[in-house]
Amino acid sequence: MMYGYEWDTSSALAFALSILPILGIGLLVTLQAAAVGYAIALVLGLVLALLRRSRYKVISWTVACFTEFVRDTPLLVQLFFLYYVLPDFGIVLPAFMTGALALGLQYSAYTSEVYRGGINAIQRGQWEAATALNLTRFQTYRDIVVPQMVPRIVPALGNYLVSMLKETPVLSVVTVLDMLALANMIGERTFDYLVPLSMVGLIFLPMVLICSALIHLVERALPKSGIPLR
Amino acid sequence: MTSIIRFQNVTKRFGALTVLDNFNFDVRQGEKVTLIGPSGSGKSTVLRILMTLEPFQEGQLELAGIGYHESHGRGDFKASDRHLHKIRSNVGMVFQSFNLFPHMTVLRNIVEAPVAVLKMKREEAESRAVELLRMVGLLDKKDQYPSQLSGGQQQRVAIARALAMRPRVLLFDEPTSALDPQLVGEVLGVIRNLAQEHDLTMLLVTHEMRFAREVSDRVCFFDKGRIVEQGEPDRFFTNPEQPRTREFLSSVLNG
Repeated sequence: MMYGYEWDTSSALAFALSILPILGIGLLVTLQAAAVGYAIALVLGLVLALLRRSRYKVISWTVACFTEFVRDTPLLVQLFFLYYVLPDFGIVLPAFMTGALALGLQYSAYTSEVYRGGINAIQRGQWEAATALNLTRFQTYRDIVVPQMVPRIVPALGNYLVSMLKETPVLSVVTVLDMLALANMIGERTFDYLVPLSMVGLIFLPMVLICSALIHLVERALPKSGIPLR
Repeated sequence: MTSIIRFQNVTKRFGALTVLDNFNFDVRQGEKVTLIGPSGSGKSTVLRILMTLEPFQEGQLELAGIGYHESHGRGDFKASDRHLHKIRSNVGMVFQSFNLFPHMTVLRNIVEAPVAVLKMKREEAESRAVELLRMVGLLDKKDQYPSQLSGGQQQRVAIARALAMRPRVLLFDEPTSALDPQLVGEVLGVIRNLAQEHDLTMLLVTHEMRFAREVSDRVCFFDKGRIVEQGEPDRFFTNPEQPRTREFLSSVLNG
């Protein structure tokens, strides 16, 4: 029993069905972690990409080093670092926030490269034309860069969403009670790991498929007339 | 006559390479000036400096009474964004590679800046854009995307787009160099009509010598970052004084 839920181990099917509500709680945590992490990755990635374009070498270099460092070290190590080392500096975050932050940080390094590629794909001549027409930097991004960049980068950003979703179980190592953590606990108590772990896998499959389908819909819905996409 | 453009001892370097060396140059309001010369002689740089696309290192420059700030070292303008904005409001540019915005229709390309920068109402900007498109003979293409147009048509749209900002000075940077030979005529035709505009000051970098002779009030021959020779086109082309000018003209006219 967990959280007042009963489970029924009389048959594999009955067991699987009876632990569904518990796994549902974990699913919610998984989805929340992915949502918060992805939001961080989208925003922070954009900030990093823009800072990397700074005319001040100090800023662009610092950001470049930071991005490269985060990209080239394992998520698990970063996660442990945030969870065990930050408190030494007086920063104590709840396990869930630490996990979401770690995911967000790692993926912001990936998304910043996607944004950077998207911005670099705008030819210099278009920036010059925007200058010649006296558009401000903000107007240039809003009207010229972003509308051309978004349809180009949505597929790559979508891939990272799927990938992040599948990586959320890592958070269970820092006591976040996601689906995997709960399945493990059920396994510990019933000595049956097969059913709960299979259920976790089975829940992930349709979730990722639905996510991919949604990304595809977004891709198709974006206006892209006139934009050379390849 | 007062000068609308005045370069005073302007020096522009790219690293160790000096592109403009103590450059002095005056243009009267309404004057049509053609800049010719071998590639790398600095003629395009003059336009790019005027358009604030390039900073320069030494000297002074004024356009329509507004001074440009030279920069030292870091390679950026010292002027504030607001000042650069003020400078640019008097000048427009037509590029060799057209540089239309590919995700916008022809009409939106022309309407964009007047709405965003001049805060013009969209309907007003559109009706003016329609007028400009009629002038360059492309009204029927207004809802097409640049990729659906020929190079010559794209360049005519780019001219309309620059004119929509009502510049006092219009810069043409080799406007026909990227075009197939059979498309050059239509673009030159539009520029020729523009040259009739009394108030519009035009600076044109081109390799079309016959056209330069026909439309300009003055031809300037550039070599190694300096104006070697300049003058009224008929005199310039029939009776060039400098040996370097004669050499260049014979190579392009007979080549």
